[in-house]
Amino acid sequence: MSTKSKSINTKTDTNQDERLKKVSKLKLLLNRPELGALGGAILVFIFFGIVAGDTGMFSAYGMLNFLDVSANLGIIAIAAAMLMIGGEFDLSIGSMIGFAGICIAIPAIYWGWPLWMSIVFAFSMAVLVGYFNGILVVKTGLPSFIVTLAMLFILRGATLALTRLITGRTQVPGLRVLIENDPVAWIFATDTFKWLFTWLGSMKLIALRTDGTPLATGIPPSVIWFIFLAIITTWILMKTRYGNWIFASGGDKIGANNVGVPVGRVKISLFIGTAVAATIFATIQVLDAGSADTMRGTLKELEAIAAAVVGGCLLTGGYGSAIGAAFGAIIFGTVSMGIFYTDVDTDWFKVFLGAMMLIAVIFNNYIRRKVTESK
Amino acid sequence: MSDYLVQFNNISKFFGKVIALKGVTMKLRKGEIMCLLGDNGAGKSTLIKTLAGVHKPDEGEIIVEGKKIIFDSPKDALDIGIATVYQDLALVSLMSVTRNFFMGREPMKGPPFFKTFDIEKANKIAAERMGQIGIDVRDPSQAVGTMSGGERQCLAISRAIYFGAKVLVLDEPTSALGVHQASVVLKYIVKAASQGLAVILITHNVHHAYPVGNSFTVLNRGKSLGTYEKKDITREKLLSMMAGGEELDKLEVELKEMNRLSAQ
Repeated sequence: MSTKSKSINTKTDTNQDERLKKVSKLKLLLNRPELGALGGAILVFIFFGIVAGDTGMFSAYGMLNFLDVSANLGIIAIAAAMLMIGGEFDLSIGSMIGFAGICIAIPAIYWGWPLWMSIVFAFSMAVLVGYFNGILVVKTGLPSFIVTLAMLFILRGATLALTRLITGRTQVPGLRVLIENDPVAWIFATDTFKWLFTWLGSMKLIALRTDGTPLATGIPPSVIWFIFLAIITTWILMKTRYGNWIFASGGDKIGANNVGVPVGRVKISLFIGTAVAATIFATIQVLDAGSADTMRGTLKELEAIAAAVVGGCLLTGGYGSAIGAAFGAIIFGTVSMGIFYTDVDTDWFKVFLGAMMLIAVIFNNYIRRKVTESK
Repeated sequence: MSDYLVQFNNISKFFGKVIALKGVTMKLRKGEIMCLLGDNGAGKSTLIKTLAGVHKPDEGEIIVEGKKIIFDSPKDALDIGIATVYQDLALVSLMSVTRNFFMGREPMKGPPFFKTFDIEKANKIAAERMGQIGIDVRDPSQAVGTMSGGERQCLAISRAIYFGAKVLVLDEPTSALGVHQASVVLKYIVKAASQGLAVILITHNVHHAYPVGNSFTVLNRGKSLGTYEKKDITREKLLSMMAGGEELDKLEVELKEMNRLSAQ
């Protein structure tokens, strides 16, 4: 033993990188949780490139279409992934979307609030709901699956009951006129890079409408939010102290607590994160549609979790990546839209979703065994 | 002013009607290894948690460097330099060596509000520290799950020392290990003590405790059966105190066999 340690010490002192070089780049990549999702996304693109390459799916308009769907799912999938890495679930994401929608629409339409104030109100409610979920899970020690399942029903029920009570119906239209000149709404409702699309249109590089304006008018706000969130969450996970705490809280909450990680606070903040992400999703959709619907977001929580799992998150926590969840969302978004461009009946989408998830879980399990097995 | 680094005087802990600990006293000097021996159910876990600040003692006092201390939380104990390495080691097997080493106490760099986790520095320190105890961490970003039990134990101890532990409380550090691995860990514990730490080694394995301990406290059914300097007590006497006389007779034969094996 002593001779061994001696030789290692001298090695360490002289050249530390020497031993690191032995691990090839490929092997390092194989250990990344998002690898499966990245590979899956590439396969999906290749598949549709072959099957639907000439159908307009990969025109500017078609691409923005499936990117928009992917991005919307991605926004909540990333937050769900962060929470899963932190060791918890949030099944109330979908209900939160519906709830946030009417939190914007009712004050704006029925109470005469300015739109920005309604949006701020919706986000405040999201923080409250997330905090409530988090504190319940942390304080009671109950599985988050149960706590947030209860919240799924409570929120959806309250959304429906309150909306009918206040408005007498289940949809609140009329928001579109309020967007213009609002100081906040543009953040969730502006297509960006319009000049680029106008230019591409003028160069006849992308499809035009009959009036000469391009069919695809700009990058939708969901895509910008999606990219922004993917970058910021990945940075948090890889580069910050809080990121390390998320992994630690999910990996072993007792151990993490024992070495001074504020596990409770980390988990509560992640629950707030999923509720806020649901509200971003809701705000974008409500402003895009110009109306809030009490049933908006139904079952979205399961799609978000599916995307996170495909993206490499373990259901037991402590492992996963935000960028993986983003790829997972891209896979689902692309397939759900791409299927329209093929001859396949769209009913098969759910079958694909389930099969994809199953494969991902098996793959992830294998990876985890590989990562944790003793040498 | 006593020359004791840390004193636990007459510590008692009750859970409702249950007396988990009654009047346990332990005193440690710098560089000393005290072994706390006891069979299952002797109150070892309760005592550890009291030392670590998880439980507040119902009676008795804790004196560190001559000052009376009251712990409100594990953090208080940690801040004063009493670091507890639990049996589960507080390691996350899915996380890398570095991320585990600095879990909860990450080195930061960068301007205020944009501080980031200084991974390069952390990797360097983790590899250095593990190298010092003879553990070849080929890549500090490898998952802890790939390490052996002894290496994990050493990592947990090394981490506690790096973060300024004066008193190291080790909960059954060798119980899950094979003979060779256990000896590596014990060697490291002795080394740590020789650098001026006080170590409380909690174990039910006299064979592991006896060679490294300076003094021995035997715990039975929540009470201390006394503290003995090494010169005042034999391994056999310790065993009989732990197990009770009758048990010893039955075990004696087996133990002789074990002694012979561990001496080899």
